[in-house]
Amino acid sequence: MTRLLTASAATLIASLTAANAQTEIQWWHAMGGELGTKLEEIVKGFNDSQDEYKVVPSYKGTYPETMTAAIAAFRAKEQPAIVQVFEVGTGTMMAAQGAIVPVYQLMEEQGVEFDPAAFLPAVVGYYTDTDGNMLSMPFNSSTPILYYNKDVFEKAGLDPETPPKTWGEVEEFSNKIMESGAAECGFTTGWVSWIQTENLSAFHNQPIGTEQNGFGGTAARLTLNGDVQVKHWANLKKWADEGLFKYGGPVGGDDAPPMFYSQECAMIMNSSASLAGVVANAKDFELGFGMLPYYDDVEGAPQNSIIGGATLWVLTGRPDEEYAGTAKFFEYLASPEVQADWHQFSGYLPITQAAYDLGKEQGYYEENPGSEVGLQQITLNEPTENSKGLRFGNYVQIRGIIDEEFEQMLSGSKDAQGALDSVVERGNALLEEFEKQNQ
Amino acid sequence: MKRTIFNGQLLPWLLLAPQLAVTLVFFIWPAFQAIRQSFLREDAFGINSQFVGMANFRALLDSAQYLNSLKVTAVFAVSVTVLSMGVALILAVAVDRMLKSQRPYTTLLVWPYAVAPAVAGILWYFIFNPTVGILPFMLDIIGYDWNHNTDKGDAMILVVIASAWKQISYNFLFFVAGLQAIPASLREAAAIDGAGPVRRFFDITFPLLSPTTFFLLVVNIVYAMFETFAVIDSTTEGGPAQATNIMVYKVYFDGFIGQNMGSSAAQSVVLMLIVISLTVIQFRYVEKRVEY
Repeated sequence: MTRLLTASAATLIASLTAANAQTEIQWWHAMGGELGTKLEEIVKGFNDSQDEYKVVPSYKGTYPETMTAAIAAFRAKEQPAIVQVFEVGTGTMMAAQGAIVPVYQLMEEQGVEFDPAAFLPAVVGYYTDTDGNMLSMPFNSSTPILYYNKDVFEKAGLDPETPPKTWGEVEEFSNKIMESGAAECGFTTGWVSWIQTENLSAFHNQPIGTEQNGFGGTAARLTLNGDVQVKHWANLKKWADEGLFKYGGPVGGDDAPPMFYSQECAMIMNSSASLAGVVANAKDFELGFGMLPYYDDVEGAPQNSIIGGATLWVLTGRPDEEYAGTAKFFEYLASPEVQADWHQFSGYLPITQAAYDLGKEQGYYEENPGSEVGLQQITLNEPTENSKGLRFGNYVQIRGIIDEEFEQMLSGSKDAQGALDSVVERGNALLEEFEKQNQ
Repeated sequence: MKRTIFNGQLLPWLLLAPQLAVTLVFFIWPAFQAIRQSFLREDAFGINSQFVGMANFRALLDSAQYLNSLKVTAVFAVSVTVLSMGVALILAVAVDRMLKSQRPYTTLLVWPYAVAPAVAGILWYFIFNPTVGILPFMLDIIGYDWNHNTDKGDAMILVVIASAWKQISYNFLFFVAGLQAIPASLREAAAIDGAGPVRRFFDITFPLLSPTTFFLLVVNIVYAMFETFAVIDSTTEGGPAQATNIMVYKVYFDGFIGQNMGSSAAQSVVLMLIVISLTVIQFRYVEKRVEY
């Protein structure tokens, strides 16, 4: 009897310690709706694969809300181990050296095998320092591509299988479309800041700012009032006046997709991650895909496009065992199976070459036209200093300034040069402030 | 009347304590935090922090965007107040003249007040949406190209209407109550003396309504300046080109989106000063001159 009691007591204690030993790791993210459900499924896969660690995802709202929540929590010393931060927050996160654990350092300290070369350079390049060390873990990355309406192209007497390659062709096609009455407008776009300014610069191998687009440090200043950017903005203004181009609003351009879905505009440039949404909404017409257009008189174009989306940052000040678990979780996240699954479900880009190859093997890209365009576009060339990405502080506000000045130009109160000069001037004031804050 | 006398000093303080605690924790303490922060320059995570004196305030005065925000706020507050009070007064006077149908009209007119500002914003956003909205469609027929995404004037009109709309109900209720408190005999006497309805309104009704009007004036200005955040956030987000970036929205945007705590705190301190002066004006000067 005594022996039985001791034995059961021992089992009880053992089971209790086992339960206690499971370390919980908080992950704050901004993926709502179906993406959130998928994310939880991925986390469940990790939690079921071992019993030492339990990752607990919590949805914290939009990207800015999630980032603000994590920063406020850090100030109150209640921060999660992992937080998902959108790409424009990268400058702020990277400058906060006492607040983050760089991913390469985390992997090294925890002794988890980690090969930076396995990742797609255009994806991780955005999140590495000047020495090539990976600072955060890419999770959901996308890049802008061109979607077009094949039916309208056909009606306008264009070849429905040939999307425009250059901006010259965009203009020519749009004119034909409007003259033939096939559609009311040629094209629209989401994200004037991300697509028509930042990606335009990268695709033409033009700098956005000094210090390797801000990768070199907080002394970086904007230089995006160069010839190519000014020419493009001036063209957009001209095309807007002629009705070829319709503006879809600031930030993500919420009014742009409806114009494309309703067949008012024949083409739209938008994130590759909106593929599922576009397919679901483009019911009445045949959908085509293409790369972003470029100016063929600019040397070095097309270079490669840059990404958007979010990465996972690890915050300091958590117990050691949580970092061990985080490292394991990242290893799991980067595995080709998880990556390919997430990429194929969401339309976000895979982060490793292995996941891309797995998708090819599965024949995914043949079955799903359009899903490979973004990948081809970011891997078009080896990224240069100008097309690796960008990293500036206060960048959420700077994007707001880009939108505002673009709107000023559209309303006619400034010309393209004047608007972009103001972007640089106002943006640099914010960058100076940021540099002082982080001295 | 018999006065209740409490023994000792403790009980009144105890009874006050919960209210005082709430005020301290949720009002006084954050206000002091904001004042402290407004003199600091800090990175988002609060790792580096330095005292910069009045630099944040000086930067505000030098900022064309902030001066623009002041102007936008003034235009917005005045337009919302005039529109919501004007329409409410007309409706109240109309309802006051009705005999049988007064109640159903009152009930119907009060409904919008139950709508949350964010919902009101979304509602008007859809009505005015340049692509799918019904109003731009109708305006297009008469040849007006409505687009609050690019046109500053259109954007201002949108947020003013969306903000004023739900406040009309509130003002209406007070005006109806105020009108009913005016003795009918006064108006009847004026009518017998030969004054027409317009004359009766301006010589008798409107002056006698002045306490209500004044009260609503202050309430509406405060509403337009501080409680319309949700409307702005769900419609224009301060755009286009800052045309609807009222001060409260700018505090939020610079602080929570831009992570520029020092400037955001300095802006809240300015707002605090505005509220204090509005309150002083209300109690010291204007209230005394109003005929009750």
